[in-house]
Formats: sequence, C-alpha cells, structure tokens
Amino acid sequence: MTLRVFIPCDAGAVAVGADAIARAMAEAARHRKIDVAIVRTGSRGLYWLEPMVEVATPAGRIAYGPVRVSDVASLLDAALGDGAHPLRQGIADDIPWLKRQTRLTFARCGVIDPRSLEDYRAHGGCQGIARAILLGVPATIEEVVQSGLRGRGGAGFPTGIKWGTVAQTAAPQKYIVCNADEGDSGTFADRMIMEGDPFVLIEGMAIAGFAVGATKGYVYIRSEYPHAIATMQAACAAARRGGLLGRNIAGSAHDFDIEVRAGAGAYVCGEETSLLESLEGRRGIVRAKPPLPAHQGLFGRPTVINNVLSFASVPVILERGAAAYRDFGMGKSRGTMPIQLAGNVKYGGLFETAFGVTLGELVDEVGGGTATGRPVRAVQVGGPLGAYFPRALFDTPFDYEAFAARDGLIGHGGIVVFDDRVDMAKQARFAMEFCAIESCGKCTPCRIGSTRGVETVDRIIRGEDRAANLAVLEDLCHTMKFGSLCALGGFTPYPVMSALTHFPQDFRADPKRLEAAE
Amino acid sequence: MSPYESWTIERANALIVEHRDLEGPLLPILHAFQETFGYIDEAAAPLIAQALNLSRAEVHGVVTFYHDFRRAPTGRHVLKLCRAEACQAAGGDALAARAEARLGLAMGATATDGSVTLEPVYCLGLCATAPSAMLDGRVVGRLDDKRLDALIGEAQR
Repeated sequence: MTLRVFIPCDAGAVAVGADAIARAMAEAARHRKIDVAIVRTGSRGLYWLEPMVEVATPAGRIAYGPVRVSDVASLLDAALGDGAHPLRQGIADDIPWLKRQTRLTFARCGVIDPRSLEDYRAHGGCQGIARAILLGVPATIEEVVQSGLRGRGGAGFPTGIKWGTVAQTAAPQKYIVCNADEGDSGTFADRMIMEGDPFVLIEGMAIAGFAVGATKGYVYIRSEYPHAIATMQAACAAARRGGLLGRNIAGSAHDFDIEVRAGAGAYVCGEETSLLESLEGRRGIVRAKPPLPAHQGLFGRPTVINNVLSFASVPVILERGAAAYRDFGMGKSRGTMPIQLAGNVKYGGLFETAFGVTLGELVDEVGGGTATGRPVRAVQVGGPLGAYFPRALFDTPFDYEAFAARDGLIGHGGIVVFDDRVDMAKQARFAMEFCAIESCGKCTPCRIGSTRGVETVDRIIRGEDRAANLAVLEDLCHTMKFGSLCALGGFTPYPVMSALTHFPQDFRADPKRLEAAE
Repeated sequence: MSPYESWTIERANALIVEHRDLEGPLLPILHAFQETFGYIDEAAAPLIAQALNLSRAEVHGVVTFYHDFRRAPTGRHVLKLCRAEACQAAGGDALAARAEARLGLAMGATATDGSVTLEPVYCLGLCATAPSAMLDGRVVGRLDDKRLDALIGEAQR
C-alpha cells in the first residue's frame, strides 16, 4: 500500500525547510524500500508549525510539525506504526486553531495539490463557474452584488457593482485584471492562494470574464513572489488543458484566457491605476479618477480590476449562493476575511473568519500574544499605510467601518504585532521613509511631504522646537491625506498620526536615543 | 562564474523579437534582459525604443522607475534582507545591521571582490516566519544571527 505524505511547497514553509524535508522523506523511503507518494501542497497557514507534514490515514490526515530533517526518520516510523510522535498535532482539520476558523476562500488551501486541476475538481472546484453558466450573466452579477462581497485589496468597494459597470459598458475588448501586487508587510494571503489553490483564483477570474464579457485576463504578481509566479503559470497551463481556460470555458460559449505578468519591485503598483500603467509598459504613475478603470482601464478598455482574495471568494459565493456568504459578518462587512497574523506573534498565520471578531481576540487569543513572550504594545493593521493601535483599542471589531471610525483601516487584513520594545517614533519615521522610497512622484504632498516628514520626525526626536515641529508634522499629514491621489500619500498619515496620538511618550527627546544616534 | 550571458546586441534583439507581440511588452522585455544578462545595459534603451516605437526617454524612464531593474551587474550572489514592518517587529533591524557590519557593505552596495550584493527588500510575504531573507532566489525564514551568518558565508563564496 502506498503511504501518502503531504508536504507544503508554500514559500513560507519552504523558507523554514519544507524542501529539505521533502528530499529527506523521499530519500528515507527509498532507503527503506517503502512505497511513499509525496504530494506537495500549499500551506494550511499554521506557520508556527511549518514545516507541517501530513500523513494520510483512514481516520484522516494526521499532522506533524514543526518538522526538522532530523525528525524525518522517526516520523516515518510513526506513520508506519501507531502514529505516536512528539510532533504529532492530531488530525489536521481538528487542530483547534484551524477548526475555529470559517474557511470559505481558503477551504482547499494546504489540502490539495496546487498544480492538479483534477485534485481541485475532486475537492469541489469548478462548481461555482458551472452554476454561473446555468444562471446566466445578469444573475451571476446579481449573486456577487447580493453576497455583499467588498474589495479585499483594502478599499472595500462592492465587487458586484464594479462588475455591473463593466458589463454595461460596451467595448470591442474588455479585460479582467487581478491585482496580485501584495506589497503590504504583514500580508501573505494572496501569496498563499496563488501557491496553494491557484485554480480558485483562475475560476473566479473566469467567472468575472463570463459575467462582464471579457476574453482576456492578466494576473499581475509582484516579483518578490517567484514561487507564486511559477505556480500560477503552471496552474494556468493546466487550466487550459482542462478546459477551464481557453475556448468555450467550462463548456460555455465564452472564451477566456489568462496571462501571468511579473511586477518589478514598485510598491505603488499595488494601487490599481498604477498597476494598469505598469501592465501597459509604463512607469507606475497613478492615474487620476475618473475615468474609472471600469470605464477606461487597461489600454483604455473597460476593466474589472480586483484583488486576488476578491476573485478567489467568488467561486464559493456562486457555488453556495449569495445568502450563504452574506450570512457571515457584521454591518456592511459581509462574509469572511482571511486575516493574517504576523511579526512578533506566537501563533502566526492565516486565520479566515467572519467579520466582527475583535482585534483583541485576534491578537491575544488566536495569535497567543508575542513570540518573545513580552507584552504586546502595539499592532499595525492593514500594512504600511495602516494605523498603529494600542491595547486600549483592542475592542475594535474587524470591520471596515469600525476601523475607519477609529482612524484606522483593515486594508488587506494583515496584523503585525510588536512587543514592548518597539519605538513608535522610529515606526512613524519609517512610514514616512517608506513613502519617500515608494512614491511614484505624481503628487507633490506625497513625493516631497514624505521626505519633509522624515526630517520633521527626526527634529522632534532630537527635541528641536518640539511644539512647533509637532504642529508641522500634523499639518504635513493633513496635506498628504487630502492632497494625494492614491492611498500611498493619502494613508501614510495613518501610521504616523496613530503613533503620535497613542504613543506620544515615544516622541520625547530621549537621552538614550540621542546617544545611540551619535 | 556568472550565471548570466554577456551582453550582445544580437541576443538582445532576439529577446525583443520574442516578446514584442505581447500587449504592453516593455516590462516583459526588460525582465528578459535582466534574467539573461543580469542587468539592463546602457545600450538596451535605444534598441527597445526603436523596436517598440517609443522614445529613448520613455524606456529610460521605465528602467529607472522600478527598483528591480539594475543598470550595472550585481555581485555573483544577491542577498536580500526584508526591512519591512513585520520583520522589524521580529528583530530585522539588528540583523540588517549585523549583515552590513559583517560584509562591510551598506544596503544596496556590492563587495569589491564581486562576491555579493546586499539589498533591502520590502516584504517577501513570509511575515509569519519573520525575519526573512532571500539569497539568489532562495527564501529563508526565522532568520537569527546563526542563520544569517551561514547565509553570509555562502554569499561570500
């Protein structure tokens, strides 16, 4: 009998040794003449257990982790014996951290072989597009509208409304563009989907193409994600062979194909109009809106541009119906959000759950506090443009409006945890510095304001004209917020002002810091 | 031993022909140049400009806009250290300082013996196994002093 062993090929798992484990496992099996089939999967998102190895048994897949190369021999003994092993975590699906999640978008991630369309189909894939074709175009868009799905890239614009606009705009060519330029630190959900369940993204884009009448799609993936680029390319080829892409997709009368494109290390290209400029072969300079991309997007044609997670949520919405998705969540934030716990956190990883869970539950209960064991002092939610929240705001529910009401944002759902050694003035300075490095240069407040911001924070830290410089910083943030076209210049004030508001003591001239600076 | 080919106009033109019929071919062409030659030669802009009916300024503008595109060859190895917030929270700043000190290089610089280029990167998406690094395309997470020193040793070979 063949022993089936699952080892992730997700970059996060590979970074901590998953490839070496797979090689050692194959070698050990060969040496002992045991018939072992190694399946490379995505990650389940329990990163503190990576590399996590799963072994198929009649009772389910038993997980072991974190596995080192030196554990492989004993792990194989356990798999062939009664399964007892110090690294045993039990049946993977029953691990409490995983079990308490609501995995809709990430249902298959870490479970299937990301390069096998057959495996995708065997785990419920392709049912969303089948139902979309049965429903027809207007009803498909209506399902997405009714689901309440909002753009998961951060802006939170209703996805179905965007699709409806493109559908209603007549043009000889329309495009579907997937924004996979996941540049926010603390986020990796897009990467996980592309490396773990790429077909769900392809299916979501194909449904979009069918719904709005677009025949061509692009996935723009940041170059920092070579594993995701390779997996997406392999998956697109498999989808073409399997009839999910190409002519008459999924048996419909509609043609649709996808091309994978690599970014080139510009954070601002995660902004949708800048991304379109980049795809067209230009500097990633932000465009003024209107015209909206839905009217004049890629090459001036009507374009649906959505984040990876938005597209990847569509198949399950079509498969189960809008109501089943909308029933999760709170207020105007419907469905589930794949939340990413990162930085100095004990249990870091991907936690998909209905909107409404509080920040405190996520950080303290789910995340288990810091990895260093020191007190959590601050968390940054929503990437480099997101606010720093102190413990006092941990009762904030994870919801677009609730975060906005507290001068923050959920962005793409990343939470970076910092312990009590964090210097918030340094973090505020970094926010300005990052904006200066990545500004596309179009808007003066962002291009120049960010550099002046770094200088001003430096003066405050040095204790020069403190009151006057604090006023300058506040004024500068105000100008950037209201005088920039996109979120880079417009939102950099969030981390800066939240650091200043919630952690003012860090901005006082500190003799120790002055000493260190010299 | 460089993993790259030497720059030649013939090879460059072949790469342009290979990609010119794509929609928006400029970035794919520049990526192909960099993958083949390791950098974008000064002579590339006029070639590409002519083939795509662009001005040299437009091509130059694109090459210089993106952090990825290099205008000079790198060291034999490229060590990228993540400097973004999640890695900062997990001690990345101290590791970056250690790498700079050990290599005697500032971020962005190449060793005089041509062995290694040290570069900052703003997020590799490995934020739950921070701090992270990438050596010649190989990702490394849960970086600590020991692992960093091993990477530096590899990069100096």
